[in-house]
Amino acid sequence: MSFLDAIIAALKSLRQNMLRSILTTLGIMIGIASVIVMSSINAGAQQKVEEQIASLGSTMLSVSPGASRRGGRSSGANSAPQLSERNLDAIKQAVPNVVDAIGEVRVSTTAVAGGADWPTTITGVHAGFPVVRNWPVATGRFFSEQEVSSGRRYAVVGETIVKEVFEGTNPIGGQLRIGNVPFEVIGVLAAKGQNQFGRDEDDLIVAPASAVRARLAGRDATVPDQLDSIRVLFADNTDLVRAESDLMDIMRTQRRIRPGQADNFRVFNIAEFIRARNETAQTFGVLLAATAAISLLVGGIGIMNIMLVSVTERTREIGLRLAIGARKNDILIQFLVEAVTLCLIGGIIGLGLGLASTTVVAKVAGWDVLINANLVLIAILASAAVGVFFGFFPARRAAKLNPIDALRYE
Amino acid sequence: MNPEHGSSEALVRGDNVRKTYRMGAEDIHALDGVSFKIARGEFLSIMGPSGSGKSTLMNLLGALDRPSAGRLEIDNAPIGDMTPDQLAALRNRTIGFVFQQFNLLARTSALENVKLPMLYAHKRPSDLNKAAQEVLDLVGLGDRLDHHPAQLSGGQQQRVAIARALVNRPQILLADEPTGALDTQTSEEIMQLFTNLNQSGVTVIIVTHEQEIADWTNRVMRLRDGKIVTDERLKERLHVVS
Repeated sequence: MSFLDAIIAALKSLRQNMLRSILTTLGIMIGIASVIVMSSINAGAQQKVEEQIASLGSTMLSVSPGASRRGGRSSGANSAPQLSERNLDAIKQAVPNVVDAIGEVRVSTTAVAGGADWPTTITGVHAGFPVVRNWPVATGRFFSEQEVSSGRRYAVVGETIVKEVFEGTNPIGGQLRIGNVPFEVIGVLAAKGQNQFGRDEDDLIVAPASAVRARLAGRDATVPDQLDSIRVLFADNTDLVRAESDLMDIMRTQRRIRPGQADNFRVFNIAEFIRARNETAQTFGVLLAATAAISLLVGGIGIMNIMLVSVTERTREIGLRLAIGARKNDILIQFLVEAVTLCLIGGIIGLGLGLASTTVVAKVAGWDVLINANLVLIAILASAAVGVFFGFFPARRAAKLNPIDALRYE
Repeated sequence: MNPEHGSSEALVRGDNVRKTYRMGAEDIHALDGVSFKIARGEFLSIMGPSGSGKSTLMNLLGALDRPSAGRLEIDNAPIGDMTPDQLAALRNRTIGFVFQQFNLLARTSALENVKLPMLYAHKRPSDLNKAAQEVLDLVGLGDRLDHHPAQLSGGQQQRVAIARALVNRPQILLADEPTGALDTQTSEEIMQLFTNLNQSGVTVIIVTHEQEIADWTNRVMRLRDGKIVTDERLKERLHVVS
């Protein structure tokens, strides 16, 4: 019997028990649908994370003052001495493979222009910001290192500031009053949208660090040229583990930490941090995968059960087929093809269900999903595999029947 | 009865054929050393009460089973030495089965039922539908191709089954109580069909317990307790062929 004949025979036989066939494949449908939803959510989350890492710069390390320890007790992140411009200069000079590094000073404030005011954050940075943060200027320009040194009151704003403070008009050349200090807007940063935690990345103002520190910080700074954090961009393909240790060595020297003494700063690998955060999403993925596996298992057992019933019901038919010349293998293949066909039908319906649910999840829950063409292949292969695995035992039972007994079976 | 060796005309040749089943601690000799020959073109009936071994003999003649001892050749092939797949091929090519209960596939047209043996054949006709239609014409059902078994009378179903048995042009037509489920009138029509097929050259073997059926045939082999007790060749037909 040719393969095509076997498939035609399988379809005929399944059609004769239409309702039963559909009910039997329900488990497979749900299983495959879960596989599809799981894969697209996972792929979507993965893609989002990689995009974020890329947008932050995957070879960037951040330095911030860390908890210092006294008597074995942590006394909080803010108790450590501040970072300074001198630290930044030392890093730029002494750490290998550094492309550029910037300091950041952040102040929460209210921005006012015309009649509108808006609570936001102003961040004092250096000229390397667009490169180090991988965040280009969309219109206008960024300030130069010279302008940073001379403490010019220039501001480059995010898309949200344009919308909320300048009401969508071109802000370049306009004035922004921040804590009663006027800043001239010279550029607008490219829009980034929301980050992983739902914060609006475009709600920011950047200005020369010197200007922000002098005019706005007004803190009781222990260091006159203080920085809240330093961000260091390394060349592509830099070994970040090595870079991290180089960076720490310089920082320890700078901060005069003796060997054996604990660090009072932290070096932070943002890419790693985001990947680690994403493990929550992966846990969720594992849960979905388990659901899919269980549905496929239960579905497969359903298939096996119904195929065993079918073999018993059709014992005389099997006897007849053997009598008119079917070989054991013909019978085996007939029932195997029937089980696989049943699973494939379930798999294809499940694929449709899965794609539909994925679209709904993306729309309603606002999750990031990624539907790719591989899913079709996954659905077909997974359901065929279930069919072969769970169809084999009933098919072998059919093939092992003795023609004489099978013909006499009542 | 001694086996006559050397005849090339013999289609089936049994030599001291035994079939032994084990039932608990006991051996049951279903066939206790039977020897016989069936020539090409014979019209033979096998009779005997239940337990006589006639079903066992039929299973062996149909290559559904292999003898425990002795030698049985069908179309010069010793079935005792054959693998299950070789037996399947022999059943497909050389033997056509007709059963008491017809054994047609339900909800499947007469044409599809008749095509079934060709699907398992190594060499198949280029046009399966045409080949199936030809044999359905031969059994007088050329106008019922699309009918399902449920839409056919018992006699018509048995005709479909006979067409199915004939479709691979077998040497032997082997029928197990072919009229057991039919009324007298229909039985006679079916026996007439077998007679006609025999006259066209097919060897027909009918297993029956009814004397009226055996009376249609030219040779009656009677079994009892696993042995052939009589083997009569009838010079003249008891039934007048109409």
